Amino acid sequence: MKKERLTIKDIILGLEKKSFSSVELTQFYLDQIDKKNPQINAFITVCKKEALLQAKTADKLLEKGIKKPLLGVPLAIKDIFLTKGIKTTAASKVLSDFIPVYDATVVAKLKEAGAIILGKTNMDAWAHGSSGENSDFGVTQNPWQKGFVPGGSSSGSAACVAADLAPAATGTDTGGSIRLPASFCNLVGLKPTYGRVSRYGIIAMSSSLDAIGHLTKTVYDSALLLNITAGKDKTDATTPKIDVPDYTQNLGKSIKGLKIGLPKQYFQDGLDKEVLLQTQKAIKVFQDLGANIVEIDLPHTKYALAVYYIIQPAEVSSNLARYDGIRYGLDRTYFGNEAKRRIMLGAFSLSSGYWDAYYLKAMQVRTLIKDDFENAFKKVDLILTPTSPTLPFKIGQKTKQPLQMYLSDIFTVTANLAGIPGLNLPSGFVNGLPTGIQLLGLQFSEDLLFQAGFQYEQKTNFYQKTK
Amino acid sequence: MTIFIGLEIHIELKTESKMFCRCQANHFGKKPNTQTCPVCLGLPGALPVANRKAIEYALMAGMSLDCQIAFFSKFDRKNYSYPDLPKGYQISQYDLPLCGKGEFEKVIIRRVHIEEDTGKMIHKVVNGERVSLIDFNRSGVPLLEIVTEPDIRSAKQAGDFLRKLRQNVRDLGISDADMEKGQMRCEPTVNLQIKKDGKTFYTPLAEIKNINSFKFVEKAIDYEMQRQLKEFEKDGVEKKDGNKTTRGWDEKKQETVLQREKEEAADYRYFPEPDLPPIRLSKQEIEKIKNALPESTQDKKQKIIKTYNLKDYPEKNLDILFSQKEMISLFESTAPLAMKESIKIEDVINLIVNKRVNVVKTKPEELIKTLKEKQQPSQINQSEISEIIIGTIVENSETVAEFKKGKEAVIEFLVGQVMNKTKGQADPNQARQILREKLKSA
Repeated sequence: MKKERLTIKDIILGLEKKSFSSVELTQFYLDQIDKKNPQINAFITVCKKEALLQAKTADKLLEKGIKKPLLGVPLAIKDIFLTKGIKTTAASKVLSDFIPVYDATVVAKLKEAGAIILGKTNMDAWAHGSSGENSDFGVTQNPWQKGFVPGGSSSGSAACVAADLAPAATGTDTGGSIRLPASFCNLVGLKPTYGRVSRYGIIAMSSSLDAIGHLTKTVYDSALLLNITAGKDKTDATTPKIDVPDYTQNLGKSIKGLKIGLPKQYFQDGLDKEVLLQTQKAIKVFQDLGANIVEIDLPHTKYALAVYYIIQPAEVSSNLARYDGIRYGLDRTYFGNEAKRRIMLGAFSLSSGYWDAYYLKAMQVRTLIKDDFENAFKKVDLILTPTSPTLPFKIGQKTKQPLQMYLSDIFTVTANLAGIPGLNLPSGFVNGLPTGIQLLGLQFSEDLLFQAGFQYEQKTNFYQKTK
Repeated sequence: MTIFIGLEIHIELKTESKMFCRCQANHFGKKPNTQTCPVCLGLPGALPVANRKAIEYALMAGMSLDCQIAFFSKFDRKNYSYPDLPKGYQISQYDLPLCGKGEFEKVIIRRVHIEEDTGKMIHKVVNGERVSLIDFNRSGVPLLEIVTEPDIRSAKQAGDFLRKLRQNVRDLGISDADMEKGQMRCEPTVNLQIKKDGKTFYTPLAEIKNINSFKFVEKAIDYEMQRQLKEFEKDGVEKKDGNKTTRGWDEKKQETVLQREKEEAADYRYFPEPDLPPIRLSKQEIEKIKNALPESTQDKKQKIIKTYNLKDYPEKNLDILFSQKEMISLFESTAPLAMKESIKIEDVINLIVNKRVNVVKTKPEELIKTLKEKQQPSQINQSEISEIIIGTIVENSETVAEFKKGKEAVIEFLVGQVMNKTKGQADPNQARQILREKLKSA
C-alpha cells in the first residue's frame, strides 16, 4: 500500500490490515523529512533513533493484538511542548540546549495512546508571530509555494503536514497560531475551548489565552486527536471537570437547520477581495447542506486586536521572566527582537500609573467581547468567518512592519479572548495558495464544530488536492 | 513623643505539601534541593495548583484574628527579579486578600493573605572561591502574611503581641512559628511623633528586617526609637513620600544598620494569576471552618482564672503555664483532683511552672502525691531557708519592687522560686511567711 498522503484514519486502518508496519511507516516519514526538510525547514529536531525504537515497540504490541487509539501512528510535536529527554527550544536561542526532565501532559497522553514522535517542529520563537519568520532557527517555507510563509506561530507543524512529512502535528493557539497556519497550508486546525486541553508542560506564552490543539489533514483526524488530549488534568487548575465525549460520534449527522451567523464586522474594509470570494463560496456550501445563514453583530470586534496586544504582552513579560540563564538555558541577551518588544510592551502596561489605563481597561473590554459572543450564540449555533484577512504572504513582506504582522490575527484573536473553540477548514485555493474559513462555537462545543466541519469537508474535499 | 509601630509578619504554614505543588513542605534541616519539582523550580511549562489545606489554615488564622473573610478572593503575580525566585514572580495576593480587617490584642489587623515562600540563598566559600548557592527546598512553602495597622506604641507591646500571636497560631495547629527556624519572621515599621514648640512632627518611616527572635524585635525597636529621635534633633527631617528606609538589625553591634536608602517606589507589576482560578467560598464552608476552630489559649486562660478564682495569683506564673500546651493539659487534668484533695490550685500551678516535674511524662495522680507530701512539715532547717530567701530577693529585684508598690500577689512568684531552689523541700507556707517578713525589711 502506498504511504503517501495518508490520514491518521488511513494509518490506523493500514496498520490493522498489516498493509505496512509502524517501522516501515516511520521510516517513510523519516525519509521524507531527509528529502524535503532541508528546503522547507519544518523541523528543529528530528528524533530518528527514538522514533524507530518506539515504532518497533508499537509493532510488537500490534502483533500481540493490543489496542491503543494511536498505536504506531507517527506524529510531529511543536517545539514548545516539553518532551522528556528530547531538546525543546520554543525556537529560541535562549533554550537552544534545553533538555526537559518531564513530558507535557499532552505529550504523555499521546505517548500513552501509542503515538510515535517523529520530531519537534519549527515555530516563531516563543510562539510570537504569525508567519514563522521569528524563529531563531530559520524561516519555514510554505510547501504550497516557495517563497511564501506557512503562517505562524505553528509554522513547522503546518508545513510538515502539508508537505507530508507527518500525518498530523500538535500546535498552540494564543491568538491564531494554529488556525492561521492551517488556513495558509490547506489544513484542518483546531483551537479548542480554553481549558479543554491541559497546558501543563507547554512553554507558556500568554497563560489566559493559550489553547492547545493540533493540525491535521481532515476533520475526523482532528476529532480523534482531541479524544486523546482533552480532559481534566490535576496539574492544570484551569482544566474543568467536563466530560470528554467521543468527538467522532456526530460527524456523520446532517446539519440541516443549523443556524450559522456571519458577523458583519468580519466582512468589512481590510478584507482581501479574493478571501471574501472564497468565504462566500464556503457559505454557499453550508447553505446547500441545509444551514440557515444569518447576519449577526459583534459590536466590540474592532477593539479585539488592541485588547489582545495589551493582555498578551503583559502575560508574556511575566512568563518570560524565568528565562534568566541562572538555572538553565542561555541569558537574556539571547532573546530576539519580537520577544524583547513584547516584554517591554507588557512591563510598561502593567506598571503602576499605567495599569488602569491599559491592563485594567483591556480586561474590561475583554469581558465585553465575551459578552458579544454569548449574545450571538443565543441567536445562532455557529459563527463563520474568514480565518485570515489576506492570502498567504511572501517571506519578508511584513517583517519590517510589526503592526502589519499583528493584523494577520485580526479574525482569530477574538476566540482566544472569549475562550471559545475555533476550527479552521480549507476553503480552496487562489493562484495556488490555500485559503481557509473558521467556525466558532460556544465553549465546549467542539463536537458541533467537528460535525459541521465534517459535512462541509465531505462536499469540498480540498484536503485531497495535491500541488 | 509617641512611637508608631506596625508589623508585617510572615508565618510558614505546617501543611504536608507546598503551596502549589506536591513537594513536602517541611524543609528545615533537609539536604538542599531534595524537595523540588518542575513547579517549585519554575521549569518551563510547569503550572501551580493551589493547596486547599493551606487556604483553610489561612482562613483559620484570619478567623482567630477576627478578620472579615472574603467570599471571593484571588491570587496575583508579584513580579520581581531575584535568584531565589525561580519564576521571576511570586504568587501572592494583592487587592483581594483572603482575610480583611480584624483585631487581635487591641491591635487592628489590616489584612491576612497567603503566598509562597522563596528559595534560600547561601553565600559561602567553596574551594577558596566565594560562591552564592540556592536551595529550593523552601521555594513554594505556604506563607501567611499578616499586616497590622501602626497601632503598637512600645517595643514591649510589640514583643507581647508577637508572643501571643505565636501562641495563637500554635493553638490553631497551623504553624510551629519558631522564629529561630525562620518559621515566623517579623518586620516592624517604626516612626515617631514628636511635639516641639507647639507643633507636631513625624520622623521618616524605617522598616527593620533580619530579626530572628522576639527579644531582638524589642531591642531593635528600642534602638530605632532612640536613633530616630537623635536623627530628628540633628537634621529635623520629616516623613514624606519616598524617604522610607529599610534597616537591618545587627545583633553584634546591637544597632539597626541602613540597608536601602530610598524605598524606590517598588513596582511589582501585579496582575491576576491566570494559572489559578479565583477562590470562591460559600457561607457554609466558612461556617464549617469557624466551628471547628480550637479554643484559643487566651479564652482558656480567662476561663481557668474564673473557675479557680486565680485573680490574685501572679500573672507571670500564669503566663508560663499558658505558654506550653503540655503544661496546660497537665494542669487541666490535675486541677479537679487537687480540688477533691483540698490541695491549693496555686500549689499545683507552682509545681508545674517551676518545672520540678516532667510535664510530658508526669501523671496527674503523681502530681497530687507530690503535693500531698509537700504538705508535710519542712525537711530543711530555718536558717537554710532564710539564706535561700535572701538570695531570691536579691535576684528578683524587679518583682520585689512590684511587691513594694502594693502588688502583693507577686509574692507567689517568689515562693515558687524558693520552692524551686529547695527542690520542693521547703514548706511553702513557712517560706511565704519568712518572705513577707524579709520583704518588709528589704
